[in-house]
Amino acid sequence: MPDIQALVSDLPSKLRKRRVQGSYETARLTAELLRAVILQHKEPTASGAASLIEAVRRVGEQLIAANPVELAVGNIVRHVLHIIREEDLSPLTDIVGELKLSAEDDVEDIAEDENSQKSSATTDGCLLKPPLLLAVFEHLPDSAPACQTFSSENIFAGKADKSAKKLKSELIKAVNELIEDINTCREGIAEQAMELIHQNEVILTLGHSKFVKEFLCAAKEKKRSFEVFIADGAPKFEGHILAKELDKKGLKAIVITDSAVFAMISRVNMVIVGVHAVMANGGVIAPAGLHVLALAAKKHDVPFVVVASTHELCSLYPHNLEVLLNEMRCPSELLNFEEFSDCIDYGIASSSSLLHVVNPAFDYVPPELIRLFVTDIGGYSPSYIYRLIADYYSSEDLPPQQKPAS
Amino acid sequence: MGAQKKRAAAAAAAARVSEDPDDLARQPLQAILLADSFTTKFRPITLERPKVLLPLVNVPMINYTLAWLEAAGVAEVFVFCCAHSKQVIDYLENSEWFSQPNFTVKTIESHNIISAGDALRLIYEQNVIHGDFVLISGDTVSNMSLTQALQEHKERKKKDNNAVMTMIIKKSKPSPITRQSRLGTDELFMAIDPNTKQLLYYEDKADHSKGTICLDKMLLAENPSISLHNDKQDCYIDICSPEVLSLFTDNFDYQHLRRHFVKGLLLDDIMGYKIFTHEIHSSYAARIDNYRSYDIVSKDIIQRWTYPYVPDVKFCGNRATKLERRGMYRALEIEQSRSAQVGSFTVIGYGTKIGSNSKISDSVIGEGCTIGSNVLIEGSYIWDNVIIEDGCELRHVIVCDGVIMKAGAVLKPGVVLSFKVVIGERFVVPAYSKVSLLQQPTVHDSDEELEYADNSSGTVEFSSIQGTADQSNGEMTSESSEAHKPKLGTGGVGYIWSICEGGQEEEWRHSVAPIPEDKLTELSEAMDDDQELVTQDRTALSTSGELISDSNASEGDDNEDSKDDSVYFEKEVEATFLRAVEENVKVDHVILEVNSLRLSYNMTSADCAGAVFYSMMKLAIKTPHSSASELQQNTANIITTWQKLLKSYLLEIDEEIEIILKFEEMCLESAKEFSPLFARILHILYDKDILQEDAILRWADEKEGADESDKVFVRQSEKFIQWLREASEEED
Repeated sequence: MPDIQALVSDLPSKLRKRRVQGSYETARLTAELLRAVILQHKEPTASGAASLIEAVRRVGEQLIAANPVELAVGNIVRHVLHIIREEDLSPLTDIVGELKLSAEDDVEDIAEDENSQKSSATTDGCLLKPPLLLAVFEHLPDSAPACQTFSSENIFAGKADKSAKKLKSELIKAVNELIEDINTCREGIAEQAMELIHQNEVILTLGHSKFVKEFLCAAKEKKRSFEVFIADGAPKFEGHILAKELDKKGLKAIVITDSAVFAMISRVNMVIVGVHAVMANGGVIAPAGLHVLALAAKKHDVPFVVVASTHELCSLYPHNLEVLLNEMRCPSELLNFEEFSDCIDYGIASSSSLLHVVNPAFDYVPPELIRLFVTDIGGYSPSYIYRLIADYYSSEDLPPQQKPAS
Repeated sequence: MGAQKKRAAAAAAAARVSEDPDDLARQPLQAILLADSFTTKFRPITLERPKVLLPLVNVPMINYTLAWLEAAGVAEVFVFCCAHSKQVIDYLENSEWFSQPNFTVKTIESHNIISAGDALRLIYEQNVIHGDFVLISGDTVSNMSLTQALQEHKERKKKDNNAVMTMIIKKSKPSPITRQSRLGTDELFMAIDPNTKQLLYYEDKADHSKGTICLDKMLLAENPSISLHNDKQDCYIDICSPEVLSLFTDNFDYQHLRRHFVKGLLLDDIMGYKIFTHEIHSSYAARIDNYRSYDIVSKDIIQRWTYPYVPDVKFCGNRATKLERRGMYRALEIEQSRSAQVGSFTVIGYGTKIGSNSKISDSVIGEGCTIGSNVLIEGSYIWDNVIIEDGCELRHVIVCDGVIMKAGAVLKPGVVLSFKVVIGERFVVPAYSKVSLLQQPTVHDSDEELEYADNSSGTVEFSSIQGTADQSNGEMTSESSEAHKPKLGTGGVGYIWSICEGGQEEEWRHSVAPIPEDKLTELSEAMDDDQELVTQDRTALSTSGELISDSNASEGDDNEDSKDDSVYFEKEVEATFLRAVEENVKVDHVILEVNSLRLSYNMTSADCAGAVFYSMMKLAIKTPHSSASELQQNTANIITTWQKLLKSYLLEIDEEIEIILKFEEMCLESAKEFSPLFARILHILYDKDILQEDAILRWADEKEGADESDKVFVRQSEKFIQWLREASEEED
């Protein structure tokens, strides 16, 4: 099938050329590509999952190498691998399936508990209380029955001499669900807005994040009235776009410069920002400028809330140099080349020019500065992130490049 | 499933923000990429490898151009190969460019093509271009978005069918001292209509010594406002309508894209084709035209102005390279001694070894190089598989593949070492020299700056040369036997090319080395002198200003014109007069001719009188004579013969005085032989009734108050004047 071959080479080349950017977009494209890979994979009947895992991993490594800074790619690859492993295990042992079911039940119980706490949580506005529930609650009815049907079918299939076809169709279903999750994660996040944003509050955000926008709009739609300060997010000034979009929705928006965040922070009730990736230790990789904002928020004890979807959850720790090393973007975003072209003249006498322009794309914000993560599966404190990662990824796949090639 | 895939594809297309080709046009956008510059600026390197394959920050140049074309939404590229076409085609076939979805690369090959014009004519014959196309040469680096420029081009084309080309320009101030842009190209003057952006004037070879440029008067008359720029850089990216190709075919003498085609269209007002400009601001575009621009563009790439076409982004299958602190790019598997110092803004290629205590800064090192210890490399470009032994020094040089530098060799700034040259131990290569294994071609095709696809140059076998040369330089000496083969130290292999036509004088302008300090001071001193001259004459040309057609600047032009005119007029009159003498034309006819000249140059009759008299005296002095008295006789004869002609312009006393002044001037300057005869000839003129006594007396009175030096002739004719005065008194 030349079609799949083309697809497989197409996405890495797009990633390499920086033509696909932003975690949401990359996550979706990666998941779709991997689904195509699974669909197309012709497995030998004997060791179904192993060769499939191998195939997905090969494609995944290619994708990750294409743009190591775009962490969402690795997250999705690892998550898909995790799904394959789970699906592979479940039919083999009924016990596993049962264990899973009981685990599922536990979660449901917890969810119900949370549900009862919900009213109190909203009233006292305690942000530190971890799982923020509504989403968890709403999420489960979807996934739990699905899981149950999977496993029961699988058990059935296992008894009837497991056919590889079955595994594949289950996998496709699961990956489809993942894609669906990616597509709907914004709504999942936005649903929690009412619990966090209160009447007449002042919110501060920086730059432009689709999650933040949906989050704010969701609160507005439920007739909450509040103000938003928008730091314009140099050098791309995407905050201006956000301001326009909020204006259309009838939200009061005030644009300030990045350098004014400290001046304005004392009037702010909460900081809500979107990020590039959430690291395993609960820190985040975020657009440049956020660390300053986080420090300002800390100084004035303003809650610093990060909205992120599960595909931004990254299994790496930030001491990995490769990740911390930033994407250095084009200096012409900062200043006009032509205005400075006579300063940047190497041709005259003492060779190298003295003027350099550096434009890093990201900041690292340590977990101590973050109060709460709002994800599509609920709210968590930074210290809980490692647990989520264990849920989402298999330990065998972390980190994939260190795994010996089999 | 299929529908989902399609949706994914559509979403992916939408993600490519503004670059989507479907927004631009229904028909796919095409491009012509000239993989040959048709110049010799990169010799001797280009004798062995085509310019487009030379590595620019470790990636062959053509990849930057192709990557940009692909990103800009071009669907089909025709790569025109000429010199070393086989190498280009081989390279492209082995690259990933032939296997890209939605981007086809086709090669067109020809060997007997010597200019861009010929290339475009050939492409026209092949009939492959169907719509608007991008014309670019394979040595251009850019990251601009074509969307807007293309949109503008299409809209203009819809309104005005004669708008055939949109030229991309970028602001870049030329250095006031060297009169060249930062890319090392000559200062470029453009006149652009500020409203429509139409290009009205294009001059890249202006004569700086005069400090002036000449614009056609009609340019000012026809356009309500024009702005004149010398701070724009031509990016050599053109969006052309298909008519451009047929224009090249119609005008078979168009060779050079700018010198012939652009200037030709601007001058040609019969067809009325128009060229427009599109200025880009924040994005980058530059063409590598000479060694200096190679240096500057490399540094711009390292400084990431060309993002995403930077070393750490794998935009064309280049090797993985990591950007480290202080702008240091390092590929994998580098062996570097602990004591080696690699400075900022340096690129080090895959598998290179660096010895202890070596210092490298602002340089690009290719793949697989071996650098010994205590080596100093500064601002240099070292290509692949170069061996540099201990203690070498390289400052601002280009070193091609496979060069070996023996221990202690030194390269002075501006040196270019072509492929596989060997520099002997402790040999010092003088500044700006070019060293190659190939001999310098003796026949210069200099005037056209063409680079022929010499068959000989492409197929020289290095191995054989090297094999023998290593032993005793035997074959090479027998081959060359010319005197200009200085040895490159013990064990050195290669020829140092003598610097051709332009000479040392111009070498520093286009070299990789920065312009030396002393050159700059020398130039700025020279410029100060010029400045004085210019300011005396008129106000200095401002860098960029809007000229309204009836502003001061145009008046300035008028002054200049009239001065020139009077000189021309005098010459014309003299020519007419001499012809009349030779062909015995009737006096009446000569008067008629001089009158028509007078009208066409808009001169007064005094000017005519002066010019005619000047011509007569010139004739007299040219007639062979042995003594002063003979000369006087000749003059008298000529005056007698042509007095009618002269008299027809002497309507009033002013004209007569003009003649005396002219005569005086001649005696002082052009015809000093007359000076002893001044009084006598004055007398003759009086006798022939050409000059009246009033005129002579008034002239004498005018000179009364003048300097002593001016009075030489008054005193000489004092007697005569005295006599005239007395005579008039007597009459009274």
